[in-house]
This record gives sequence, C-alpha cells and structure tokens, in this order.
Amino acid sequence: MLTRAEIDDILRLIDGSDFTELKLEMGDLKLELRKGGLAQPFHTGQNIPAGGIQPQPPAPPAAVPAPVVASGGGSEIPAPLLGTFWHAPRPGAEPFVRPGDSVGADTVIGIIEVMKLMNSVAAGIAGTVLEITAPNGELVEHGQCLIRIRPH
Amino acid sequence: MTPIRRIFIANRGEIAVRIIRTARALGIETVLGVSQTDRDSLGARLATRAVCLGPGPSRDSYLKVDTVMQAALGTGCDALHPGYGFLSENRDLALACDKAGITFIGPSPANLEAVGDKLTARSHAVAAGVPLVPGGNAASLTEAQEVARDIGYPLLIKAVAGGGGKGMKRVNRPQDLAPQLDLAMAEAAAAFGDGRVYLERFVTSGRHVEVQILSDGETVIHAGERDCSVQRRYQKVVEEAPAPGLSPALRTCLCEAATAFARHICYRSLGTVEFMVDVDRAAFYFLEMNARIQVEHPVTETITGLDLVARQIAIAEGRPLGLQQDDITLSGHAIECRLNAEDVAHDFRPSPGRVSLAWFPALPGLRVDSHMTSGATVPPHYDSMVAKLIAHGPSRAAAIATMAEALRVLRLEGIATNAPLHAAIMADPEFAAGGVDTNYLAGLLPRLAGGCP
Repeated sequence: MLTRAEIDDILRLIDGSDFTELKLEMGDLKLELRKGGLAQPFHTGQNIPAGGIQPQPPAPPAAVPAPVVASGGGSEIPAPLLGTFWHAPRPGAEPFVRPGDSVGADTVIGIIEVMKLMNSVAAGIAGTVLEITAPNGELVEHGQCLIRIRPH
Repeated sequence: MTPIRRIFIANRGEIAVRIIRTARALGIETVLGVSQTDRDSLGARLATRAVCLGPGPSRDSYLKVDTVMQAALGTGCDALHPGYGFLSENRDLALACDKAGITFIGPSPANLEAVGDKLTARSHAVAAGVPLVPGGNAASLTEAQEVARDIGYPLLIKAVAGGGGKGMKRVNRPQDLAPQLDLAMAEAAAAFGDGRVYLERFVTSGRHVEVQILSDGETVIHAGERDCSVQRRYQKVVEEAPAPGLSPALRTCLCEAATAFARHICYRSLGTVEFMVDVDRAAFYFLEMNARIQVEHPVTETITGLDLVARQIAIAEGRPLGLQQDDITLSGHAIECRLNAEDVAHDFRPSPGRVSLAWFPALPGLRVDSHMTSGATVPPHYDSMVAKLIAHGPSRAAAIATMAEALRVLRLEGIATNAPLHAAIMADPEFAAGGVDTNYLAGLLPRLAGGCP
C-alpha cells in the first residue's frame, strides 16, 4: 500500500512534469492520476472520444489531437472491413445518412462492398452525424474512418 | 506483352520486402495488403502504399481471397504477387485475378490444379516418366491392402490434398493398416475437407533435393538444385546450393526429370520440383512441385546471379525467358540459415515480441533478407521466420565460415532466436562433411542438449 504522503510525492512529481496522466499498477494496487481535472472518458477501439467540452490541458498544445479539433470533434466510425464504401443503397438513391441526421446504434450508415458482396455498416453509437469522411465509391481500408458522429 | 505498373503484394514479412526490392529496381509501384498488426512493418513503410486488410489473425486478413482481390482492384493494381505460403498456390485467387484482368505473378490456374492435388501430381509424374516413391491410391481397405502387398512395410498413408504432415500416418505392420487408414482418412477429411488418401513406401533415409525451374511456356530450363535436408518436423532449417556430393550423372538425371515434369504439365512461371534422393542407391523419387517462389530461392540467386523475382515478373508480363540452359552457370557455394523467433532452450516454442536491436552488418559474401528493424514487432499470428542469412563463398567450407562469422557478429535482441542452433550446425563436423539426410537434425539436437553453444 501507498501512504498518503507517498501519493502526495507522486502528485508533486507529476505536477512538475509534462505528463497529464499516470496509471500505476503494482500487484493489487491500482493508481490513476490525471492532471487538469478533466473527466476524459476511456475510449475503446479506434473511436476518438467525443469532444463536447474542449480539453484545456496545462501541457503544451501539441498534446491536443489537432484534426479532431479542426473538424469540431466527434467519434470516428471505423470501417469494419476493407472494401468499396457506398453512401447509398444504389447509385442515384438517397444516401443512408447526411450531416445533421440523428442516428441510433443500429442505423445503417453505408455499405461496404467486397467482391459484389454487400455488407451494411451500422453506426454503432447513437448521436448526430457531423461529417461523412470516406468518399462514395472508393476503397476504404479496415479501420479507416467512415463518418464522424457526435454522441448523444 | 503487358508491362506491369503496379503490383499488389498479398503477403507479409521478409518476402514482401524482397518483392518490393525488385519492384523498386524495375520502377514498378507496389501496394502491400497488411493486417492491422503489420501496419508499421518494414514492408508497409517501403511499399508505395499499404492498405489494411483486416485484423491480425491470417484467416481475417491475409487468407481472405475476396478482400485481397477488392484491395488490389480498389488500389488500381494491374498485377498481384502472392509470395509464398498464405494464398500463393490458391487456385481461387489465380482464377479471380484472371477474371478481374489482374496479372497473377505465378502459374495458371490449370498449372496450380495439376500440382495442388498430390494424386494428380503423381499421375502426371508417371506420365512424364519421372520416378515416384512406390505407392498407390487407396479408396478402401481392400485397395490399401493390395497396394501394401506391392510396396511392403513400413509405409506412409498420406492425404491427397495434404501438406504439413496432417493426415500422414506411418504403418509398420500389416495388422496396423486398417485402424491407421481410418484415422488418416478422418484426419484428412477434417483438415482439408477431402478424405482421400494414398499409400507410399516409407523411405527411411534420404536427402531432400529440389530443382529450380524457370519456364516462359516455351522454353523450360532449370537453375540447378538446392539441398534442403536439414529439417525439423518437415520444416526446412538450412538450405544450400549446389547439393553437396551429388555425382554429375545423378545431378543431370534430377534436373532432367524436373524439366520433363514441368514440360509435361505445360508449366509457365517459376517453380520447384522436389525429390527424395537415395544417394547410396543413386536413386531419386518425385515428391511434389511447388508452384511459387520459395523461401530458399536466394541460394539459387546467389550462385547463378539471377534475380528470380524479376524473372517471375517478366514471365508474368508475357516476355520470353531470353535464356537457354547453357546461359545458366553456377559459381561457388551458397548456404541459407532461416533465423526463426523461437526458443531453442524451450523446445523451439515461438518467441514473439518486440525487437530491441536489429543489426546485420554487411560482411563480404553475406546477404540478409529480413523485415526486422530495431523496434519492430514479431506478432504471434504468423510464421516465426524473422530473417534469412545467405552466405556465399568460392567453396562450401568458405560459405560455412562466412555463415559462422555472420552468426557471431549479428545482433537480434529482444526476442529469442534459433541462432545458437545455426551456430552449432555450422560448427558440426558431420554437417561440414556434407550430404546429411533428413534425419540429421533430429539426431543432432540430443547431442547439443548437453552443451548448446
């Protein structure tokens, strides 16, 4: 176990460093420290956390991922597989979603075609569509960002 | 003749890097299909472009024919190189390429079919007059008993669609034939979806010698042989060219049998015909033909001066070979050691992880084919080979000396490798004498257990 004094020592070290976050695991002990008091949610997979509140880190500005800020934040919905991304169910049809649309986790946001086999892609999270990132009819890699959603 | 401009590489590791090397030399662009795990691999950084096919496990990425095809089409590639392993001898991929108008850098689907099924390959060998290990088809116990009477015991039951030792059973006595046959058929059905088996005489000792074939469909020539007898559990560990101690007459017979087989099936591309050689009896038997570039191709390149990948691409473009048999001349001796991420001290268990330091200095007569760099990751999903060391010398002894020096000098740290095993082989008088058979390594390991260097 760590004593209160030891934890204070660690806090002072972190305060004087460029780090914003420390996770320490020793046996049964788990210690997590974060600077700036931001309730930054844990993110899973490739989703970049929602940017409702702009973080104001005391650390150098380079620590903020610039592209997310520039695009107004949002969670990236990654391509679950490689293939050709289609915005609409068939050429000329209405796209599945447009920026501003409200979507649920099950809402289909597009189709990925792999050798004539059509795979529908669901949003995965509920929210508002911010941007359609991947162009229509072009190859997307596994994991490439398809659209951006601001979670509800 | 269709010049190739952009090759999709459906592979990973050192062979992806090897193909990129030649493509760059030829001014051809490359697109490498990678798994998520291989995004930062050397190949991914060297290719003109890399696209992620899917998650780490091969079945979700490198083995997905449709995904590979979609990636090749979507990135505007006009050719596809399958490397070795993975989909390299997959007929569906070759057919899909044909259909999509993508040049498959390898043989035709018909060629792949002729050599993919071992029973078909055997019948082609018979037709081409190439000697086979005595054996035959066994669809039922009665048939198996008849074949066994002809060939005698011990014998091997092998899967027609087989490979990698699966569905293979050794039978020593007639009373074991029935139960082993059932077992082999069940195993073959489970592993390959094809329960057909055949019987073969068990050749107790022999050398694994293979012949490199080059064919443009008109001219069929060979680029000499390679000896791959140093094996562990049917996996090649050390290869060399030429095969030590073969009589000129036997060598000529082997190379002629290989070209006869390739000619018989109208083979067009690079390929390798594998034989089991009984040196004492000056006899040899056809094993199989591999319709791809092989791991051990550098030993042939080293003694012939050929760039086999460049030749393979040129043949795929429809160019004539531009070589006759007399143009192939051999110079000196070459040895290849396959450096694997495996822990020799713990029964060769795989040793994936992060490479902290990779240093392969350029020594005279040494070539290193590797995708390792300091900081690289050896993922747990794939083959454990991390580098191929190829030593060349005017004599076999000189090549061994260069290899031993390379093994002393190089640094590959952070993961366990089988480098100590290679050092022991290079220092072993029996290996130095030349001409070891496929039982050699199994016999050497217990001797090393006491004092592995």
